[in-house]
Amino acid sequence: MDSAAKKLLMDPFSDNNPITIQVLGICSALAVTVKVDTAIVMTLALTAVLTLSNFVISLLRNVIPSGIRMIVEMAIIASLVIVADQLLRAFMFDISKQLSVFVGLIITNCIVMGRAEAFALQNPPKDSLLDGLGNGMGYGIILIAVAAIRELLGFGALLNRQILPESYMGNGLVLLAPGAFIILGLLIWAQRTISKYVEE
Amino acid sequence: MREDTKTLVFAAVVCVSCSLLLSGTAAGLKTRQQANEDFDVKRNIVKAFGIDISAMTRPEIEATFEGHVSEKTADDLPLYTWTEDGTDRPSKYAFPVSGKGLWSMLYGYLSLEADLETIAGISFYKHGETPGLGAEIEKAWFLSQFAGKQLYADGKPTNFLVTKPGYATGDMEVDGISGATLTGKGVEKLVQKDAAAYANYFNSIKGN
Repeated sequence: MDSAAKKLLMDPFSDNNPITIQVLGICSALAVTVKVDTAIVMTLALTAVLTLSNFVISLLRNVIPSGIRMIVEMAIIASLVIVADQLLRAFMFDISKQLSVFVGLIITNCIVMGRAEAFALQNPPKDSLLDGLGNGMGYGIILIAVAAIRELLGFGALLNRQILPESYMGNGLVLLAPGAFIILGLLIWAQRTISKYVEE
Repeated sequence: MREDTKTLVFAAVVCVSCSLLLSGTAAGLKTRQQANEDFDVKRNIVKAFGIDISAMTRPEIEATFEGHVSEKTADDLPLYTWTEDGTDRPSKYAFPVSGKGLWSMLYGYLSLEADLETIAGISFYKHGETPGLGAEIEKAWFLSQFAGKQLYADGKPTNFLVTKPGYATGDMEVDGISGATLTGKGVEKLVQKDAAAYANYFNSIKGN
């Protein structure tokens, strides 16, 4: 893999992370991070949607009439999200019950529209595919990190397996949205300190 | 004008291809999704009859449902009966319960022993309560308290209560959940409401 492609794929993991640097996709990062298994499925669903939507929009980038550009992007993204939701309902019923409306809400996830507008419209399909994959995984790594902290402190478990002794009293705060805000804030702080990113 | 035509044609092509993709997916997966939903109902009815399903596989649960449970109506209300092997009289009765929790509607099933007064089990299969707090209503420690409690006395619903955690005494009370008092109150109300709705029917079949 040449270095440009590698940069597209790896940058979103740290230096250009969609959550900790661009602060996009926060609502699902708060909502589906109570347990690690739902966070993993959400990551897979978003990555699949983002990769495909970037690819399709990039293929069409020279023929989309500029006047209806955004609505076309929306139609493509919405269709892919509904397909992902239907597949989850058919093949991973229990997890899709837990994720409930949040799979559908991938449509409004700023990362998907953001990458379509900022990247896929100007770049060839292969690069857009890598960009989608990288950003999906970059989003997912933060999602899973937040979920791991919340599940461990909230239930004393990881991936539904009890890790801490039974006598551990689950911490209710980290299971609620404010707990997720605090953890996410700390992660953003840590990330920006490491990558020396400063908001202009 | 040519530009407008191009835009219209493009929009039409996008719409048609998206709708073909979506209707194709929906039609192709419909049977599988329906089977999942039907199974979810069966699983929760079996669970409400007090069966421990945590270690059972899907075919085992299906077989248990087919072998023991039959569906009836009780004065136009849905009712499920449980029949043990080798007998033809139902030994347990279950009915759906639902009502408002703190954030959401709670849906579940509650089952009665053959005496038509004692609770055999309860399960909740759909709710939107807070994980770790209100969502504890689907955990075994909360649900297992219901078995053996008294739902009816002398043909009337008892004053069934969900108390503060640690305060439940007697056989008409269960412990609530710390930090989820209102979800507990919701459970109390829905049990009382649906017990009242089925009281007449259970009185009418008593002693037969």
